[in-house]
Amino acid sequence: MSHVRTSEHDPVQGTQHDTDRGTQHDTPEDTPVASPKPRARSRGRSDWAEAFAPRNLTATIVAGYLPILLALLIIVLPLLWMVISSFKPNPEIITLAPTFWPQNPTVGNYEYVADRVPLGRVLMNSVITTSVGAAVKVFLAITTAYALVFINVPFKNVIFLGILVALMVPPEVSMLPNYLTIAGLGGLNTLWGIILPGLGTAFGTFLLRQQFKTLPRELIEAAELDGAGHWKRLWRIVVPVSAPTIATVALVTIVGEWNDFLWPMLITDDPNVMTLPVGLNLLRSIEGATGTYGVLMAGAVLVIVPVLVIFAALQRYIVAGLTQGAVK
Amino acid sequence: MPNEAGGSALRGRRRSAEAAPNADVRRARRSARARNWSLFVLFTGPNILLILAFTYWPLISNVYYSTLNWRLGSSNATFAGLDNYVRFFTSPGGLEVWRITITFTLATVVGSMVIGLLVALVLNRRLPGRTIARTAIFAPYVLSGVGVGLVWLFIFDPNLGLLSHVFRFFGEASPQWFIDPDLALVMVIVVYVWKNLGYCAVVFLAGLQSIPNDLMEAAELDRAKPLTRFFRVTLPLLSPTVFFLTVTTILSSMQAFDLLRIMTPTGNGTNMIIFEVWLQSFGAYQRAGYSAAISVVLFLTMLVITSVQMRFVERKVHYA
Repeated sequence: MSHVRTSEHDPVQGTQHDTDRGTQHDTPEDTPVASPKPRARSRGRSDWAEAFAPRNLTATIVAGYLPILLALLIIVLPLLWMVISSFKPNPEIITLAPTFWPQNPTVGNYEYVADRVPLGRVLMNSVITTSVGAAVKVFLAITTAYALVFINVPFKNVIFLGILVALMVPPEVSMLPNYLTIAGLGGLNTLWGIILPGLGTAFGTFLLRQQFKTLPRELIEAAELDGAGHWKRLWRIVVPVSAPTIATVALVTIVGEWNDFLWPMLITDDPNVMTLPVGLNLLRSIEGATGTYGVLMAGAVLVIVPVLVIFAALQRYIVAGLTQGAVK
Repeated sequence: MPNEAGGSALRGRRRSAEAAPNADVRRARRSARARNWSLFVLFTGPNILLILAFTYWPLISNVYYSTLNWRLGSSNATFAGLDNYVRFFTSPGGLEVWRITITFTLATVVGSMVIGLLVALVLNRRLPGRTIARTAIFAPYVLSGVGVGLVWLFIFDPNLGLLSHVFRFFGEASPQWFIDPDLALVMVIVVYVWKNLGYCAVVFLAGLQSIPNDLMEAAELDRAKPLTRFFRVTLPLLSPTVFFLTVTTILSSMQAFDLLRIMTPTGNGTNMIIFEVWLQSFGAYQRAGYSAAISVVLFLTMLVITSVQMRFVERKVHYA
């Protein structure tokens, strides 16, 4: 996967100044993802002046803001409609003349969801599988990437190649054999059965290896001279210096685990062990036919809004992780 | 990987330079190497074992299962040779899956790339507030396919959905999205493009911003019209991005499942390849052998696409 860009910046210098600014140093300058640099910021004022100068005004509105507004409307309206509808009582949904805002806002739909699926349990299952799964994956990615970069053994690159190839195998391809394995181990309808097969991590290993390779040798050698073993070097030096990349891997992993659907759906049919997306699938099969969309929208809010909040707060890391490889 | 090759050459040279160390040194070096190995195994072992058990082993077992005539849960299976593969490539059901997979993939790839590029071109103007717009447009990409499917299920509902109200406003009856298989396919394509166009937009935007300014200025000085500038300067310079996105969006489109399963639970008209793998072994039928054969075909297809990409990326598409 040679299209993935390796950063050539000095990561030490970068991190000391950049930790508060996020993944600046492992994000290519030309990525829109990077936080505005001082240069861009000082240009901000003139952007306003430029965009709204009388000679540019028409162009700004017709070729700039109108299309942006249209795009925003198309993206935001469905999500807004979801939130609004989730607070509408059923008569306001089953109507030919819907109003935009709920006339009699209610949380009844949420109570109904909780009545139909064991909502507390399902939410808790999602939180457990997401946090345990992501924590283990990130830990394994860190140790594997460290060993691949800093521990000298022969055939290391062959092993890395093996991990890279695994990156190309979509998990869906493995569903049948993995189902038989986990069923054989007695993992049907268990949380560990949901978590276990996804724990091996090629993506995180790959991303972190790229980052670790950019660390200056002297930094590690200095620690070696101080008598620090590999374990200490990893946690005292390599990990703190690579915090932004690790955050990126962690966030992308968390979002992925939270949204995961196909595997948990295969492995569970007991509502008490289901994760949120699987619970919603069940809800959809119960409620979909009857058109109680307020209930379904309440369910959708529960699975979508947490990710939206995390994304809004930390989008820089998430976009950087998801578009890795896109920008040279 | 030139670096690695150089590294091993260097290591070889170092070894020959130290041709005849005394026994003690050799022993010390051997124990250091053993220590390194055990440490390496400790650090990478769990991850590698997991990848072997849940990624590589399934690939092999799929190949084995694909030669069986075998129902999931049944204890007897008979050898079927290549029958399952032949069936996938020749039976009407198999061909229908191909048709749907190709239609869905083509439509979603072209759709999200064209709209994504348009959005990126707009966002590439220095407009105050464009950062917020970019964030919002990317957002659907990270959302749960199940959640998004539910939202659009409501919007497309022929009686109560937002769209049905729009149709009613124009005096038309809403199309039966959930009943007509062709319309169902159109529906899931629209939603899939909605969810993924932000990814294309952000990647295109990065590509656009890496185009050197002086090139555009030169074209402007030559009085090239905006459209000429786009087709003669921008698009050729974007070709690596276009290529990259084509490959990645093909690969992810071929893996679409969540949305399809939620919006069209039975897969009537929308059972593209992953859906079919699931449907055949876990859904309506229990044909595990046939399902495994489809998995193998899917994997090989993706392998070919990825290797083509790696070939190309190394050869020519990079211009910088």
